[in-house]
Amino acid sequence: MSSFNGFNRRDFIKSAAALGALSFAPYAGAMGKRSPIGRVVIIGGGYAGTSAAKYIRMWSMGGIEVVVIERSPQFVSCPLSNLVLGGSQQINDLTFGYDLLKKNHGIQWVQDSVIAIDTGARKVTMQRGDITYDRLIIAPGVDFIYDSMPQLQTTEAQKQIPHAWKAGWQTVYLRQQLESMPDGGVFVMTIPKAPYRCPPGPYERVCQVAHYLKNHKPNSKIIVLDANAEIVSKKGLFTKVWASTYTGMIDYRHDSAVVSVDVPTKTVSTEFEQVKADVLNVIPPQRAGKPAQMADLLESDYPWCEVDFLSYESEKIKNVHVIGDSVASGLPKSAHMATSQARVCASAVVELMQGRAPDPMPVFANTCYSFVDDKQAMHVANVYRYDAAKKIMVSAEGGGVSLVPSDKEGAYAKAWAHNIWSDILT
Amino acid sequence: MLISSVILPSQGKATEDFVYVGQALHTRTLAASCAACHGTHGNAVTFNAEFDATTLAGLDKAYIVQRLTDFRSGARQATVMHRHASGLSLEEINQLADYFSHQKKIKRQMPATQTLKAVQDE
Repeated sequence: MSSFNGFNRRDFIKSAAALGALSFAPYAGAMGKRSPIGRVVIIGGGYAGTSAAKYIRMWSMGGIEVVVIERSPQFVSCPLSNLVLGGSQQINDLTFGYDLLKKNHGIQWVQDSVIAIDTGARKVTMQRGDITYDRLIIAPGVDFIYDSMPQLQTTEAQKQIPHAWKAGWQTVYLRQQLESMPDGGVFVMTIPKAPYRCPPGPYERVCQVAHYLKNHKPNSKIIVLDANAEIVSKKGLFTKVWASTYTGMIDYRHDSAVVSVDVPTKTVSTEFEQVKADVLNVIPPQRAGKPAQMADLLESDYPWCEVDFLSYESEKIKNVHVIGDSVASGLPKSAHMATSQARVCASAVVELMQGRAPDPMPVFANTCYSFVDDKQAMHVANVYRYDAAKKIMVSAEGGGVSLVPSDKEGAYAKAWAHNIWSDILT
Repeated sequence: MLISSVILPSQGKATEDFVYVGQALHTRTLAASCAACHGTHGNAVTFNAEFDATTLAGLDKAYIVQRLTDFRSGARQATVMHRHASGLSLEEINQLADYFSHQKKIKRQMPATQTLKAVQDE
């Protein structure tokens, strides 16, 4: 294993080029002529990590060196991925490369997995080498907790019972299973206790599966086992759509946490009952992603990361910031929220690294659309404002949900997706 | 309350992205939050003319202020913008309008879609 630790920047680039494993923007070399303000390492190339990388480069006028570590070669969007299950989108409509982001903003990119983080030495260890940082931003998304379902930890088991809660091949497998299911079959989905990634996501997925089954296998049924006491997001709207558009198809059972799963028979057990599925989609309980665990950033009694909402710096460890789904914010874990947090963090990092104070009262927006069929969507939207007394982000006035789903909002939802992809990936 | 972030332009591409140097920190992050629908620096992607989000870059400041205050008061019906406009202070509306009116109108890029590679899911 090569070590980049202690190398200067040019040596780091040379080593990396020699390894052939790391890729750099074409003009990154030229930047070496002036001394950068410092180096920010970002772990994770999802909505949060890409946003932070781009906006730090833009707002520092290229003065801060940014290195992103992401193990996947491609970006696959979770937003709109439920539509792959409904059949109106393909996974390849939601899959993108990172090339334009890297090239347009001079971002250094390392495709590798993080295996250790030493916050004392400010060093991240990857499979192929180490890198030091002045500030570290951790944006790993969520990690799944398999305590109550250890059988589902293997790749083979997840092929049979996909979570499909990180868009990718599991989304494709789940769609294929729905296509193979006989008419009259039973689709069972389990929802973990909140907080989890994308609060309305499971209920949107129910709509998408129902949309497909209604049109292709109308005698089929959907059983939803929700660990929560009620529908977590857009409850009134989802309840209405299920009753009116998918009448008699959806059997919703609240307070139904999974206690065990039998993989071969696709049977899931709750405290009250055993339910056998033809197609089983278990969405496991969630916590802050693995890199956040490696850096010991999770609370002892709550598996998420407490941060200062002015900078997203960890409350536990200096010079380490956490953004996106891993943050203990009390706010929805959505893609738009991840990008909004990332930009507040980016702005603060640019200021802090130049000895200036960040914005003392950040304000940002969140918009989240859910599709109820192939065309109609509905929103939940809010502005959030820093409350200096409580030191948290709180809802501003005027937030809320659509009155009804509509084609128009479906078109807006697609526009949202295209604009956010353009913003974070170019 | 607002801290002015004046950074002198330097050579390089980033300069083009930073045409408005007098902006406050507060406004730059708030404005960036609009990018999910209205694009980076208010330049929305164009792909479906009827329902494209409005490109805010280079619009007249007074026009943006009027629209946002009308959404805020309910004088103008909105699908979703009333949610956002209602959460902003009048000063924030003024600052946002000033910010977007100073942005250069450019055509936004879209990343190309790709075929999902055969990699291990998490």
